[in-house]
Amino acid sequence: MTHINIAGLELGQEIGTKEFLITRDSLVRYAGASGDFNPIHYRDDFAKSVGLDGVLAHGMLTMGVAVQVVADWVGDAGKIIDYGVRFTKPVFVDANDGAVVVVTGKVGNINAETNEVRIDLSVVFNETSVLGKAQAVVRL
Amino acid sequence: VVNPNVEGKKYPATEPYLVGREKIREFAHAVKSTNPVNLDVFAAQAAGYVDLVAPTTFAVVIQERSLATVLSDPEADIDFSRVVHGDQRFVHVRPIVAGDELTSTLKVASVKSLGAHSMVTFETEIFDVNNELVSTAISTLVVRGGE
Repeated sequence: MTHINIAGLELGQEIGTKEFLITRDSLVRYAGASGDFNPIHYRDDFAKSVGLDGVLAHGMLTMGVAVQVVADWVGDAGKIIDYGVRFTKPVFVDANDGAVVVVTGKVGNINAETNEVRIDLSVVFNETSVLGKAQAVVRL
Repeated sequence: VVNPNVEGKKYPATEPYLVGREKIREFAHAVKSTNPVNLDVFAAQAAGYVDLVAPTTFAVVIQERSLATVLSDPEADIDFSRVVHGDQRFVHVRPIVAGDELTSTLKVASVKSLGAHSMVTFETEIFDVNNELVSTAISTLVVRGGE
């Protein structure tokens, strides 16, 4: 069940955009939910000791958050059958202000035969793209 | 830095992982999902699923269990403190749902060296209790070389 009619879609069409605030609280939640307890995601002293500017978000958190724009659009997250990203830049999460990540999805490919649509995501933090080749395929 | 001979090596199946409803909700909140099929059993069932649907990237939890077996393999010789996640992909045959009992097997798809660094690509296949393929998780880790 979906409200989307594949025949009405156009290449390059924007399907949605959303700002996500990622805070230190978000990182602790994601660590617990995913089991990734690498201290670079919650300890400034540790992050600095390995040469980072500070605590950064789990790449997998950014990836998991970004695809929500696709899930919101399609309505049923179970229709997302393929999703890949390249981690190109870190998202540093300030202890007070967190980090704002802006996600925008556009139609990248339409396959009417298989009823599949590829959504290309732009994921931006501090005016810099942090995920490369972020693409999700939805089977409508 | 990573032993190139582990290319092609397959690791045995992990112990079964039982996907719980509350674990799905916890993960869904963590990735800021508001998608009804991730959170509301009635919405998931109305959409045709037997139970809550796991978020798209939930399979990472299963992948981690397989990766742990490689990272502790002395033959592979991967220094986890030098690992950076390069890229990640999930291909789902069907969504993971609450109640699934999943095992995974991992194959080292490739080991490449890039100057002092190594790039290792892992393919984790995730199977349900009937041994049907549910998802494949493909992960490339960059292992930084020593100075």
